[in-house]
Order: sequence, then structure tokens, then C-alpha cells
Amino acid sequence: MNNLPERSEQYYNLYKENIGRIEESSSAFINSFRGPAIEKFIELGIPTRKNETYKYTNLDTFFNHEFHTIFMPSESDFRKAEDFRCDVTDLDAHGIVLLNGFYPTITDKLRKLPGGIWIGSLNEASKKFSDKIEKHFGKYANANGDGLVHLNTAMASDGVFIYVPEGVVLKKPIQIVNLVQSDVDIFNQHRNLIVVEKHAEVTLIICDHTLSPRKFLTNAVTEIFVGENSHFDIIRVQNEHNNAGKITHTFIHQEKNSNASSNNITLHGGLVRNSTHHFLGGEGAESYSYGLFLADKFQHVDNFVNVDHAFPHCTSNQLFKGVLDDMATGAFNGRIYVHKDAQGTLAYQKNNNILLTDDAKMDTKPQLEIYADDVKCSHGATVGQLDENALFYLQSRGINKREARLMLMFGFAHEVIQNIKVDPLRERMDNLVMQRLKGELSRCASCMVKCG
Amino acid sequence: MLVIKNLKVEIDGKIILKGISLEIKAGEIHAIMGPNGSGKSTLAAVLAGREFARVTEGTVTYMGKNLLEMAPEDRAKEGIFLGFQYPIEIPGVSMVNFMKTAVNEHRKHKGLEPVSASDFLKMMREKKELVEIDSKLANRSVNEGYSGGEKKKNEIFQMAMLEPRLAILDETDSGLDIDALKIVARGVNKLKRPDNSAIIITHYQRLLDFIIPDVVHVLFDGRIVRTAGKELAHELEAKGYDWIKRDMDKNDQS
Repeated sequence: MNNLPERSEQYYNLYKENIGRIEESSSAFINSFRGPAIEKFIELGIPTRKNETYKYTNLDTFFNHEFHTIFMPSESDFRKAEDFRCDVTDLDAHGIVLLNGFYPTITDKLRKLPGGIWIGSLNEASKKFSDKIEKHFGKYANANGDGLVHLNTAMASDGVFIYVPEGVVLKKPIQIVNLVQSDVDIFNQHRNLIVVEKHAEVTLIICDHTLSPRKFLTNAVTEIFVGENSHFDIIRVQNEHNNAGKITHTFIHQEKNSNASSNNITLHGGLVRNSTHHFLGGEGAESYSYGLFLADKFQHVDNFVNVDHAFPHCTSNQLFKGVLDDMATGAFNGRIYVHKDAQGTLAYQKNNNILLTDDAKMDTKPQLEIYADDVKCSHGATVGQLDENALFYLQSRGINKREARLMLMFGFAHEVIQNIKVDPLRERMDNLVMQRLKGELSRCASCMVKCG
Repeated sequence: MLVIKNLKVEIDGKIILKGISLEIKAGEIHAIMGPNGSGKSTLAAVLAGREFARVTEGTVTYMGKNLLEMAPEDRAKEGIFLGFQYPIEIPGVSMVNFMKTAVNEHRKHKGLEPVSASDFLKMMREKKELVEIDSKLANRSVNEGYSGGEKKKNEIFQMAMLEPRLAILDETDSGLDIDALKIVARGVNKLKRPDNSAIIITHYQRLLDFIIPDVVHVLFDGRIVRTAGKELAHELEAKGYDWIKRDMDKNDQS
């Protein structure tokens, strides 16, 4: 370990100090991944800007910080967390609250929903449903060179497990609310596994919140298996304070003729990095990847997307947008990889960004690697100001400039939001975005943190 | 209603309008014809308040006010409407939201309360019928994915919603088939009142078969070279713009 950079060493020490405790609550199967993962982490380290996929994102201010890592909140903390209510009041969902990455100790650790669906703690599931865990855990996330994914595999203590059996259609969405609350600065990691068997249909909403004004860093990994002919939507809403770092890695593995979408809406956060990986692992699979962020002050939001066309006749679509104000910075890196045999591939990518000031900065990079010949691919990226022609068009109908600008920005953002199929959530997102664009604070009502 | 005196305009340092003068009275329809590049659209842009067209000389008085000092939105609220030659697509902004905002801005200007939801929908329905616009179009984003004809009909629909005092239709006929042209013309004619006026900018005479102008001007190389009654449009159609050109050359020589 002599050559390990100091900051990676800090996390290695954390691992050594705590691995005993972590392994105690986990199953032997999940624990078997930890040793090799920490080795991989030591080899790869915490990504720096020399790493091509982190070229535009500097993790230093968060990873160089010394965090107190608490491995399990107390029961009273969980009780407080339970009081948190999502203020999308019309949203009728099966809810789960994670506190600092932990599944609560005070509720049923696994719940059965209609149709034989199970939702609950990953640790608990690894004991009760070891066959399902062994079939899927670690299968979709590990094949990549990101040290942070390995750090998560090595040390994540718990997370959410969702199992949707064959042929089951769940009308109500499942909502995971990730809360971070602590009186000290903390680093937390959690790991989710979602298994959707054949011919099933489910929507998952993940909301990220911070409830106390400390410095936080989250490194979360979600693995998703979408079976043949299944339909899966994941919507992530991020509304954290300026002193929070959020790194998410989402891996969606799709089987034949499945349809999956992901939508990352970043309303607020200090440093946000979302990497979304779509693996089209069967003919006729369709994937949609959406993202929207609104950033101001010194915020930084980075979306990394990787769409892997491994089979013929699959379709993928990426639409990512950003609105950057003040000194905010952002990055988009969209990769489309078409394997040699993936004939008949359709792959599209669009990234549009609006800079509201001269100091805001956006880096956008399409990355297409195509090894098949019968392929339709397109990509386009824009970074600019509001469209002057559109602005004049609105003004010429009597709408004043300020209002016209707002309408254009809202319309720009709405193009992403309109893909949310859960009506109350879509309406709420429209409202929050409008508030945010008007310069009002767009926090959920129960958010206790004032972001000045 | 509108008095333009010796208007000179340049774009990017190039002189486009070289001294235009004309007067439009309440109730009149004026057609402005001319070949491509003669400055027709620039004139429309200046009247609507586009910033890229820089006025270097002359005055424009609208309802007794200096039009050139007014912001585009204020001109609109005072009753000027520009029907765009190339209507702009605005993804993510619905026609309903767009029109509701515009109508309410107009109402606020007149000291009226915002329109109620039910009155607004009723108004939308009536005006849609007027231009035979597909009712589904209203729920879509502004002009997004509309065909050329739909976009032009949508301009007339907006005009119907806003009831302008002075409508400036910039090549509203271009790219329209004869059926769409008739619908557009019918819309314009139905909105005609004794106290409102229109400027019809067109390259061809055929729109003027359906909207009968009181006065026809020919714009050529930044100047109005002819002004006459509606018969001028027919003469132009028969003889082409070369006739004007030859005529001018002849005048120059004599």
C-alpha cells in the first residue's frame, strides 16, 4: 500500500477499521465481493481528472475532506427520519426511507406488495432470498474501471432490494427517499438491487435529500435487471444542499424486448455526478435516458451516460439538458458503444445547455464507438444562450422580456420533465423548476435546509 | 394610424431601406409587393421592433406615438401584430400557455382582469374554428412539428386571439397551397373591422385575389417605386418585376 495516494489510503483505512462490523450484518455472498473490490479500489483509486470519464469533474473538495463515517444510525434517528413526508402529496407510492444509506431498523425489513413483489433491506434479502441475490448481485456493476463503484462494493452496508416477479404490473410507483442527516460531516454509501422479471412493469422514484447543514458525501450504486418484455422506469430527483456531494452509479441491464428509462432531475446539490449505464443485452430492447439539471452559484453537475448496444435491433435515446447560472459548471459525457454484431441499431443523443451568465461553464462530449455497419446514430450538442428569435416571437405577442425568458427556460426544461409518466410527480417537478427559474427557493416543503 | 416618414434602415452596416414613406389610415389594407431582397421583411421587422434592424433616419408614428421608442411587447399591446414569414418553433411551451399569457398581458395593459379559464377555452375554440385549425394543435408546443401550412394558420389564429389594430402579415402566403391560402385569407377577412388596418407583404399577387387591398405599393431596392390601387397587383402579375425595373431604368435615362 506504499504508493497509495493519501486520499485513497484514507478510505482504505476506513475499510480496515470497519469491515468487521460491515460484514457482520451482511450475507456471506455479498461479503465475498468485498475483498476483491477493495483490491480493485486500491488499484484504481479515487478518480482524478486524468481519468477520461471524470475529466470535467474535480472530486477533490469532497474526497480530500475528512468525514466521520457512522456505520449505523440509532433507532431514534430512524424515528425522526420516519417523520419525513414527501410533499408531493398527490403521489400515491409504496415508500421506503433510507437514512444515511441504511434501511430502518424500526420497520419490517422486508415488505410484500401486491402480486408477490418484495421491497426492503438488501441485507435482509440477501439472507431470505439468497438465490435471487446470488443470481444478480454484482453482475451488472462490476465490469468497469471506476474505483468508486468498487469502493461501494467493498463497503456499502445496506440499501434497497426490490423484486418484481414475472408478469406482475405494479400500478403505484415505488419511492425510495434517501435522507442524509447528521450533526457531523459524513460519508455514506448504499447499494440497491432491483430485479424485474419477465413481462413485468414497475416505476421507481428515488428522491435525494439532505436534512442538516453539514458537509456530506454519498456514493451510491444501483443495479437493475430488466427481464424480457418488461417495462421499467426510474426517476431520480435530487434536491440536496450546496455542501453535499452526491455520486450515483446506476446500471441497467436489459433483456430482449424490454423497455427501460431513466430520468435524473437535479434541482439542487453542491457536487453531483450521475453515471447511468444502459446495457442492451437482448434483441429489440429499448432504452431512454433523460436528464435535467439547474445549477447556480458554485454548483457542479456532471452526467455520464454509457449506452451499450450488445445485440441487434435495439433502440436508445438520450436527452440531457442543463441550465447554468452564476458561476455554475456542468459536464455531459454521452457514450454510445455499438458492438460488431449489433446490426439494425438506432441510437440517438441530444445534449442542450443554456448558460445564463458569462461565468457559467459547460463541457459536453459525445463519444460514439460503432463497430457494426447497419446502424443509425445521431448526436447533437449545444451550449448557448436563449434563442433570440424565440424570445422575440414571444415578445411580439405582448409578453414582456422577463416573462418570455422564463417561458423559454421553462419550456427548455419541460422537454425533459414531460417524460415523467407519474402525473403528480411531473406536475410537482414543473412547479419546482418554475420556482427555481424565478429565483425562488425550490425546496420540498419538508426540507429543513435553507440553501442561501 | 401609421405614418412612416423617410425611413432608412441598415442591417450589419448594409443599407436595406433607403427612405420609405407611407401612411396607413384606419380601415385600410395596404399590400407591399416586391422582388426578393427588396426590403419587405426588413420593413416588417422594424415595425415589430427587431433589434438587428437599425434605424438610421426617419420616423414612424403609430397612433400618434413614436413607435421606434417602444419595446416589442409594448407595440404588441398597443395593437401591432406581426405574422411571421417563418414562425418560430418553441419546444416545451404549449400553445395554450403561450396564448393565455399573451392574452392576459394584453388585458392587463387595458386594465382588465385576467381571463377566466372557461372564457379562455371558449375563446380558443371560437378562434380555432375561424382558421380551421386542428384542435389538437393547441395542446402541442408552439409550432413544434407543425407543417408549413399549419404554422401559417397558427399565425392567423394568434392574430384572431389578440385582435390587433394593425396586422402586418409577412409573406403569410408563401409555401401555402390554394386551400390553406383561402383559409388564411378568409380568417383575415373575417377579422376585418372599420377601425383596424393591415399591411400584407407578399411576393405574389394570388393572396390579393382573396384579400382585396385598398393600396398597393411596390418596394424595390429599399424604396417604394410605385403606389396605386389594387389593379397594380394584377399589372405586376402580368408583366413581372422586370417591368418595374425597366421602367425605372427608363426614368433614370430620361
